[in-house]
Amino acid sequence: MKTQTKNRIQKMSSGIRRRVLAHTLERNGGYLSQACSAAEIFATLYGKILKLAPLNEPLLPEMFRETPKRGFPALTGAAYNGNNLWGYDNFILSPAQYALVLYAALIEAGRMDERGMKLYDRDGSTVEMIGAEHSPGMEVTTGSLGQGISQAAGIAFARKTINDPGRVIMLMSDGECQSGEFWEAVQAASYHRISNLLIYVDVNGFQCDGKMTTVMNLEPFDKRLKSFGAKVHRINGHNIEDLYISSKKVSDEAPTFVLCDTDPCKDMDILRKRYPKYHYVRFTSQSEKAEYENFYAALSKF
Amino acid sequence: MEILSKIHARRLVEWSKDKPEVYLLSADLTSSCEADLFRDTYPERFLSMGIAEQNMLSFAGGMARQGLVPFIHTFAVFIYRRAYDQIAMSVAYPNLPVKMFGFLPGILTPGGATHQAVEDISVMRSLPNVTILESGDATDVESVIDVAYNTPGPVYVRQLRGEVPRLFDAGEPMKLGVARKLSSGRDFILLTSGICTEEGMRAVPALRDYGIKIAHYHISTLKPFDQPRIIREIAASKYGAITLENHSVIGGLGTIVAEKMAEAACGKPLFRLGLQDTFAHGASRRYLMREYGIDAMALIEKVKEITDKPIKITESDLTETYTPAVHSTAKAEAL
Repeated sequence: MKTQTKNRIQKMSSGIRRRVLAHTLERNGGYLSQACSAAEIFATLYGKILKLAPLNEPLLPEMFRETPKRGFPALTGAAYNGNNLWGYDNFILSPAQYALVLYAALIEAGRMDERGMKLYDRDGSTVEMIGAEHSPGMEVTTGSLGQGISQAAGIAFARKTINDPGRVIMLMSDGECQSGEFWEAVQAASYHRISNLLIYVDVNGFQCDGKMTTVMNLEPFDKRLKSFGAKVHRINGHNIEDLYISSKKVSDEAPTFVLCDTDPCKDMDILRKRYPKYHYVRFTSQSEKAEYENFYAALSKF
Repeated sequence: MEILSKIHARRLVEWSKDKPEVYLLSADLTSSCEADLFRDTYPERFLSMGIAEQNMLSFAGGMARQGLVPFIHTFAVFIYRRAYDQIAMSVAYPNLPVKMFGFLPGILTPGGATHQAVEDISVMRSLPNVTILESGDATDVESVIDVAYNTPGPVYVRQLRGEVPRLFDAGEPMKLGVARKLSSGRDFILLTSGICTEEGMRAVPALRDYGIKIAHYHISTLKPFDQPRIIREIAASKYGAITLENHSVIGGLGTIVAEKMAEAACGKPLFRLGLQDTFAHGASRRYLMREYGIDAMALIEKVKEITDKPIKITESDLTETYTPAVHSTAKAEAL
């Protein structure tokens, strides 16, 4: 990877963290640790790996109109990604609570108008807190955890039947891999040789209730996945080169998983005080908020 | 109005201190479902099951067969949608005492379609052996635990969390199969459940100012529903019945009342306010209640339409309602 490219992606990663922090400060709450753990994954996906449909300018999110029904077909956020075009990639975000991080990534990638962030969790907006399929960058509805991978496998299978060279690339969280459906999906994707499915998992080791090994253990995650027939890489999820190279080393007869070991407090050490509850950050005192404000001010200097 | 915070969390700990057979099963939403205090107080009776509801429900069935009483705690939507077959075959069929506490019923959450339990009553009601309860205020939240525990077999509870207003006397707990009568009148018979009861309580006095007298009932037992007296009142009313619920009009309170009215050959119209056969989206509770027509103003507009009277009531004329802040220390997140 060229140094220039790497620097660009690094800059996007910092931008994602900074935007999510700014938003969390503004609203006194947000999914901040998800930005810390997944910033490089999002940045490398949107900055290098994903084959995205061309856009003339960043899109401004539309307001919510209707849920899908007769006479009102499902609207999706696919236009922010590959727009379902031949040869372009689908991007499926499985843990829909990461939507805030996705929106920040879309801005960094020049795919979403910066003003879109102001619409986050506002009444009547599609820029929802738990991303739904009408939300920017979302292609399917995945907030009931575990369903994203099965839908992604179905999309990938369908693309294969018409020899569409576009891939289905998804981001998952580790917590959702506790569900039975996840393992059913891996089983099916391996059995049906769905090789155009590439899955990055943000293995940050934490979920809503706390440290995953104290909630429901998933390890040895890589060995379990391999035994289900998937091709598996396990990398440092903050290493941009490794994130990129993994997208090239895919199997041609099985789905490929990139398990990204990450730090939920990466580049934001003040978060560590909240151990082991990182899932949602809401400031509990003015002094705590001031600490984050100071941290943000220091960040913005660079 | 008295507003109470984290009632369920505290009540559950106090109530279960002498019930060693009660176990709490949680699917990674322990703080969000006010089960954290129980976990910290009785760690040996707390089972973390991960994000894996299907297993959790059948596992609970197994525990119940051996004499334990599992209390399931997660968001309502993740109980009935994610583990329906498991509930049907591992819990409902063998009629086992698994008590399912579903939080964030209906459109109480900005989490959108994936988090909003808008057809749970409909789904759970068609399962044989299942009792369905719904809390509408702090007194209900406190006492529903007892009702669920003392009712044999599986019980599904639409439970409230965070900051909840007290609408009913703390000394008058919820009772299985007993509707709370909140006002009298013969123009309409209004039946409400859950958070919609507060809306009914705001609208009824305002309508009385226009000479419209409404008998208002709060329904906390949705199954079984056996209220012949209310059905007779509907038959004797001037305009008929109105139901107002935080649920789809298909399969919930509106349907329940329709069935009973039809069986009794009641001969009066029924007006069902609720989600009109639609999914919803993510937005604030107040916004969604307005959008989907399940607030006090929606009730007033319906009465105006039916009676064709010159009713001029605006939101500002109504008694204040309590809307919990999106960010509150009483909640673990903003959902």
